[in-house]
Amino acid sequence: MSVVTNTTTIGAIEAPSRRNTELALLIFAVAIPVFAYANVGLAMTGKLPSGMLGYGLGLGLMAGVAHLVVRKFAKYADPLLLPLATLLNGLGLVLIWRLDQSPRLIQRAKNAWGKFSPDAPHQLLYTAIGVALFIGVLLVLKDHRILQRYTYISMAVALFLLVLPMFFPAVNGAKIWISIPGLGTIQPGEFAKIIIAVFFSGYLMVKRDALALASRRFMGLYLPRGRDLGPILVIWALSILILVFETDLGTSLLFFGLFVVMLYVATERTSWIVFGLLMSAVGAVAVASFEPHVQSRVNAWIDPFACYKTDKTGACQQIGDAILSFGSGGTLGTGLGQGNSDLIGFAANADFILSTVGEELGLAGMMALLLIYGLIVERGVRTALAARDPFGKLLAIGLSGAFALQVFVVAGGVMGLIPLTGMTMPFLAQGGSSVIANWALIGILIRISDTARRPAPAPAPSPDAEMTQVVRP
Amino acid sequence: MSELTLTVMRLGFLAVLWLFVIVAVQVIRSDLFGTRVTQRGSRRGNDANRQQQTGRQAAAAAAPPPQRGQQQGGGGRQRRGAPTKLVVSEGTLTGTTVALQGQTVTLGRAHDSTIVLDDDYASSRHARIYPDRDGNWIVEDLGSTNGTYLDRTRLTTPTPIPLGAPIRIGKTVIELRK
Repeated sequence: MSVVTNTTTIGAIEAPSRRNTELALLIFAVAIPVFAYANVGLAMTGKLPSGMLGYGLGLGLMAGVAHLVVRKFAKYADPLLLPLATLLNGLGLVLIWRLDQSPRLIQRAKNAWGKFSPDAPHQLLYTAIGVALFIGVLLVLKDHRILQRYTYISMAVALFLLVLPMFFPAVNGAKIWISIPGLGTIQPGEFAKIIIAVFFSGYLMVKRDALALASRRFMGLYLPRGRDLGPILVIWALSILILVFETDLGTSLLFFGLFVVMLYVATERTSWIVFGLLMSAVGAVAVASFEPHVQSRVNAWIDPFACYKTDKTGACQQIGDAILSFGSGGTLGTGLGQGNSDLIGFAANADFILSTVGEELGLAGMMALLLIYGLIVERGVRTALAARDPFGKLLAIGLSGAFALQVFVVAGGVMGLIPLTGMTMPFLAQGGSSVIANWALIGILIRISDTARRPAPAPAPSPDAEMTQVVRP
Repeated sequence: MSELTLTVMRLGFLAVLWLFVIVAVQVIRSDLFGTRVTQRGSRRGNDANRQQQTGRQAAAAAAPPPQRGQQQGGGGRQRRGAPTKLVVSEGTLTGTTVALQGQTVTLGRAHDSTIVLDDDYASSRHARIYPDRDGNWIVEDLGSTNGTYLDRTRLTTPTPIPLGAPIRIGKTVIELRK
């Protein structure tokens, strides 16, 4: 009886919290943008830029505070998410600052509005708000399962946020902004993407058995029952409505894509992906055939150089310039501060910031940047795999899926793979809502990964374990 | 600035950027293969055996003080120091903890349960754990198909839970801890 043996156990019994790894990577992630500042300054003016110390210290301070909060309140969180996000944000600040220095853009702004105001200080402020929100998420959200209680409330809030911009005037052809007097403009879609992921995960967690099991097999595909198709049809109709009324291809693609991704993950049925692709193709073609704003974007996508001179909206010229900038960058790029991507006058530091990366860092830098985005998505998916509760799994996959879709939609648009849409590159592009919302997204992912990677508590020894006497014959 | 310096900086920046990516991937790599094989104390036998042991020992409630670190603060007597949390120690939800704050904890496959069991052997409303007037935690089987086991005995009536005694529902094992 009572086999007393030395057994080996494989597994993370005392899982390392990896906070020191995070700190080391974070220092690295702050050092890279500082190096980039020095590089831009030396290339453009021949001396070290005066703002370099301020931006470096600001970024380092925010990263340090965020790290300390993670160390205290999310001890077992993934060590990579924070450094990766910090690096992207820092590089974004450098690129925006670099475009602020461009004489062409300064001249252009003076011609258009009579004055020029640099965007980099604003972006630094938004970054600070974003990091504050990140810290707030970690402090307030002690357990991501709390969000599950707000499944249907978050649906209502997300729909409200999505519908809101319809009542505000269109900016540059797309109604995705709301303007608050005195505060500036907000892009509610950025926040809605997090909230709708909460709704989808709460909803699918409850309904996934019905969606997965009640199906008929037809031509190798599992076809869902008619009544189970209801929700996907509603979301599809909704994203089409967004496309028609707000003329925003990006948001509608993001929401429909997010729903299809989460449906697939929840049910493990390939048929949803087939349905989703078919439905989005039908919807996109139908809308593109009568909506002039979308139509001009599609024309610019098919052949930007055919309409380069004739197009009035400027869409063809933008995409043509972006493609030219990628071409002039080549493999290794022209070097930071030495490219001509500022020729894309409008939105050079927002939607088209990737063309600056492409020109000044070349294919090598572009690939590294896309890999960093890929790593963030990978850590999100890894968190989903490790999460123990179905809601956390779905939420993590939903948030990283939304992040991945957004990167794909923007990068694909700028590079001419898909028609261009008005979305921002997460963390990199100039824009307050985007930076703030994405920091909140990283905060929720860190919270889920903390719960997921927290080691299972060791079995409590029973109080009298040591006192049991084994009498051997 | 000389052309040479700028070229060196340009290539250096790309190198540093890629170095970061490679370091990050190394961190992921150590995350994947970093599971250590640890020698555990000789006190534990194999899994099933441990279950038996803890069960028997917890049943013998007249307990001298423990010697293990985790139990410090709690005395030998189970009466002293009420349990503060419920821990899932086996099954798909391993590691999940629920704080006990005087509310009833329901267990089952129904999605409105406090702990939603993803277990083929669990009923939709399987069992509940609640405090009685004296603050003792009681487990009650709610007429489940496959039964709820405290230690090795199948529950028929509401039963007080000794600290650390395993409550088994299908493949899931739950314990109360301090």
